[in-house]
Amino acid sequence: MRASMPFRHSAQRSTFALLLLLAAGIMLIGKADPTVYERTRMAVTDVATPILDTLSHPVAAGGEFIADLKLLYAAHDENRALREENDRLRRWRAVAEGLESENARLRGMLNLAPEAPARFITGRVIGDSGGAFLRSVLVNIGARDGVRKGVAAVDGTSLLGRIAEVGNRSSRILLVSDLNSRIPVLVGESRERAILAGDNSDQPKLAYLPAEISIAPGDLVITSGHGGAFPAGLPVGIVVRPDDSEELRVQPFHSTRRLEFVRLMDFGLTGVLQDRDLGPAGR
Amino acid sequence: MKRSSWQGLDTAARTLTPTLLIVAMVFLGQLPYSLSGQASVTPYFVLMGVFYWGMHRPDLLPAVVVFLVGLMQDALDGEPFGVNAFVLIAVYWLVVSQQRHFRGRPFLVVWSGFAAAALMADILRWTLVSIVLGVALAPWAIMLEYFMTVMFYPVLTVAFALAHKTLPRGESGEFVD
Repeated sequence: MRASMPFRHSAQRSTFALLLLLAAGIMLIGKADPTVYERTRMAVTDVATPILDTLSHPVAAGGEFIADLKLLYAAHDENRALREENDRLRRWRAVAEGLESENARLRGMLNLAPEAPARFITGRVIGDSGGAFLRSVLVNIGARDGVRKGVAAVDGTSLLGRIAEVGNRSSRILLVSDLNSRIPVLVGESRERAILAGDNSDQPKLAYLPAEISIAPGDLVITSGHGGAFPAGLPVGIVVRPDDSEELRVQPFHSTRRLEFVRLMDFGLTGVLQDRDLGPAGR
Repeated sequence: MKRSSWQGLDTAARTLTPTLLIVAMVFLGQLPYSLSGQASVTPYFVLMGVFYWGMHRPDLLPAVVVFLVGLMQDALDGEPFGVNAFVLIAVYWLVVSQQRHFRGRPFLVVWSGFAAAALMADILRWTLVSIVLGVALAPWAIMLEYFMTVMFYPVLTVAFALAHKTLPRGESGEFVD
């Protein structure tokens, strides 16, 4: 046995060195053309989907249990706060109904063409890369459910991100906070145009703001629809100014915590996001 | 004594244990823990598997398997293809060549060794992703991930050690550099 050791060690070393070279080569090819591995990636994801789908149920159940315990603990205060909010919302509802009928009347007068109704597909979050380098989640719906690249993903009604990769039965959503996410938005009542640029932090930046800006913390940020990828007017978040900074950032309405179901909105818009622009995970 | 084919099958299944556990680590690292309402930075689970089995039973874990598991992690993570394959192979090589310094030593020594290997792995991973994406990534997230990875290692070690006990004895003692 001992006699074979030197041979075995050198063979072992060459295997390691060869595999390192192979991995380096794979990375180089991927850097030159980020789309080259997309099919492979989504094929692997498709195979893993049933397993992740099954395993994510107990995680969700555990999360619900913890949330229930917290709710039980805070039930009394929560109840009072909700009653007050309910009163406030009832008053708002009356206002909204008034505005809605007025809006309908005015649209009728202008003969405005109604916007095409959006198609929704609902999916369940089955994977989360964990956030060290990327902000993306996997959902259990894919091409066979009608998912297409570039469509907007919403949580309730606020924007979450967009579909960056589509497999047959799974797809990857690039969240607005991801480093590679760039979304045209309108800010505040003055509807200033800007780009919401993710940088992997929880609060994305506002880039390309006009030189003289009239934006203040608390202003609403909505999608602008420029570039044609997203529908206009989807709520994204509100403007905030972090304590120790002059820079304006956006606090998204959605929370990636407890994100279980997402809706994909297909407006039939393909926009500027073609295959070439969206490599692996949107790169 | 003649071994029955069932026994043979049983042994074969057991020798696959390290591979299956490392694949399980990849899935463990993908689950949406954000559903639990906690801020989610997931430990680098698969690294723990590679370190443990590289130290104890490299004879049951071919380097090619580690490489393929790395590619699988890349695909599911959405990270640039090849990054995890490179990092895991580098760590595996390091562990296999240093295993005699760790085997049979107190757990604290092994844990420190893991902390050092994980530090190397995370610096490597950060550098490679930054190079491939062409931007210097903010280091805070990877620092948090590193901390979580080191903290979780003892827990996973207990699980691996339980599986380890069921394995047939091997020639791993000879696998030193």
